[in-house]
Amino acid sequence: MSPSLLEVEDLRVTFSRRGQPSTTAVDGVSFSVDAGEVVGLVGESGCGKSVTSLAVMGLLPSRGTTVTGSVRFDGTDLLTMAPGQLASRRGKDLAMVFQDPMTSLNPVLTLGRQLTEVLRAHTDLDRAARKAEALDLLGRVGIPDPRRRLGEYPHQLSGGMRQRVLIAIALACSPRLIIADEPTTALDVTIQAQVLDLLTTLVRESGTAMVLITHDLGVVAGTCDRVNVLYAGRVVESASRHDLFARPRHRYTSGLLAAVPRVDAPEGSPLQPVPGSVRDRLEWDAGCAFLPRCGRGDDACRTGGIPLAPTATDLALSPGNPDHEARCVHPAGATT
Amino acid sequence: MLTLIVRRLGLLVLVLFGLSLLLFAWVRALPGDPARALLGEKATPAGIAEITARYGFDRPVWQQYLTYLGRLLRGDFGASINTGEPVLSTFAQRFPATIELAVAALLLAVVVGVPLGYLAARRRGGLLDNLAVGGSLLGVVVPVFFLAVLLKYVLSIWLGWFPTSGRQDARIDATHITGFYVLDGLLTREWDASWDALKHLVLPALALGSIPLAIIVRITRASVLEVLSEDHVRTARAKGLARGVISRRHILRNALLPVSTTLGLQAGALLSGAVLTETVFSINGIGSYLFDAVNQLDYPVLQGFILFIALVYALVNLVVDVSYGVIDPRVRVS
Repeated sequence: MSPSLLEVEDLRVTFSRRGQPSTTAVDGVSFSVDAGEVVGLVGESGCGKSVTSLAVMGLLPSRGTTVTGSVRFDGTDLLTMAPGQLASRRGKDLAMVFQDPMTSLNPVLTLGRQLTEVLRAHTDLDRAARKAEALDLLGRVGIPDPRRRLGEYPHQLSGGMRQRVLIAIALACSPRLIIADEPTTALDVTIQAQVLDLLTTLVRESGTAMVLITHDLGVVAGTCDRVNVLYAGRVVESASRHDLFARPRHRYTSGLLAAVPRVDAPEGSPLQPVPGSVRDRLEWDAGCAFLPRCGRGDDACRTGGIPLAPTATDLALSPGNPDHEARCVHPAGATT
Repeated sequence: MLTLIVRRLGLLVLVLFGLSLLLFAWVRALPGDPARALLGEKATPAGIAEITARYGFDRPVWQQYLTYLGRLLRGDFGASINTGEPVLSTFAQRFPATIELAVAALLLAVVVGVPLGYLAARRRGGLLDNLAVGGSLLGVVVPVFFLAVLLKYVLSIWLGWFPTSGRQDARIDATHITGFYVLDGLLTREWDASWDALKHLVLPALALGSIPLAIIVRITRASVLEVLSEDHVRTARAKGLARGVISRRHILRNALLPVSTTLGLQAGALLSGAVLTETVFSINGIGSYLFDAVNQLDYPVLQGFILFIALVYALVNLVVDVSYGVIDPRVRVS
């Protein structure tokens, strides 16, 4: 099998400030993305999703941040790359769509400028060609009257329109990978679906791979090929979308799925939140970080180094395809 | 944009009108008879009679005001009690020196202050940052007058690097066209005259520019730090733009908004600072003229000066507001 487009291995990000204990936001995350594949990174706030994406892009502040492990993109390690070299690949080979479209565009530059400057940085197109390309891009992301919009400023657009512009900017140089960090979270619910559809359609059309970061399982269900569930800075479950929803193994995943409100639930039945908060956690070295919130845990969970591995049940189900992995001592739905 | 300018100019007319009322009332509110107040200690019965007749102090107040306003509109600001010279022509004669000084001071403050503030912010907590922050505190607290005397004593009297006073060496036979000596030298290709005027300008500009410089360093630094943490800068980095492009287009440009506001406010401070600086360096500008006028309670000059300062201040701030619109499109629309 050829190597994946993006291979993140044992990524650890630690923030340290003078006079304060350091914080490990990402604690050994590994996942991979094949060319053209859409991979979800799911988890609640503070689980390390965004930090993971910023580390891959090399956008974390250099001061007070320690990043270890490896991020291989197309075979080369981005973490050891010289900053200038990495910058020349950002926007060109890997692009990013951020969470908040209201603040992610520069308020004092025209949209046209913000679109064409990325083309200028990475292509040989002349001025006229860049403008034509920008018009085409705005059209592709569904912005009406693109010619007029090119001369307008971000504050003249709604949030959804701005996110479309940011998507256009990300797509401008036909990158091979797009990282979308909660691309619809800041938008109105009615707009969320539109923008998400647009993003996935464009990504599928162009054969670009995408890492979709979200806390919303509904978003994952509609878009991703593969899903990685993060908890406390580690991947706790990794499976194809179908397997994840049909047979969640990690207790955190099954808890999340049970927490999704159902239209067909009997009226008046309470929601089923995952108890506790992400701050009630064990260090991974002392056992499963989810243990304090888990209903099924016991002393067997208090050993460090629980591996991310196919469960016995899944191996029995499909021995040739050990693709569904969970970091759990007592996986859900186990037959034994 | 045009509506903004027109509206601001309309407002300016209102302000000047209100100010003229106030100034009119000021002289009338002086204890005793306005003619006596205008003449001060040197009042003689003949002088009082003459002034009373000239200004029509014996007529009804509203008529007096209309006459006063009419004179102002025709550009007649009255004459100095001390010298008898018309206020307006003295202004015209002395104004270039003050403008030259103020522009030099402001230029110095911007050219040094903006890059310094930017670099301090980018190297936050570093040596340069600490020096800039500490130095700017010093710049704000040291009085202009004291700094002017200090600079003059150390750099010109003691070390002899710069001339001690005046605007140009009297031995230089310079042609003056605009009254801006440095510019005149360039226009007439009298390079030595220009150079000499420039040397005379350095210390006064340094003294006068110290406060705006310090303020600009601080504002730029704070503003850059704020912009650095904004999401759109991260977007710019994610686009893989060159460092220089990010610095100029995405950081500095956004950070200059508050700086341009400060510049407008500093214009007023510069004019009052010019009074002290011009006195120390014996420069015959508006400042030293005003200094004399205050000492001798030369009311026509003071009235004219106040109106004039208000006009300059309002115009400078109009320019700032317009530049604000140029930098920030959000202001332009609303």
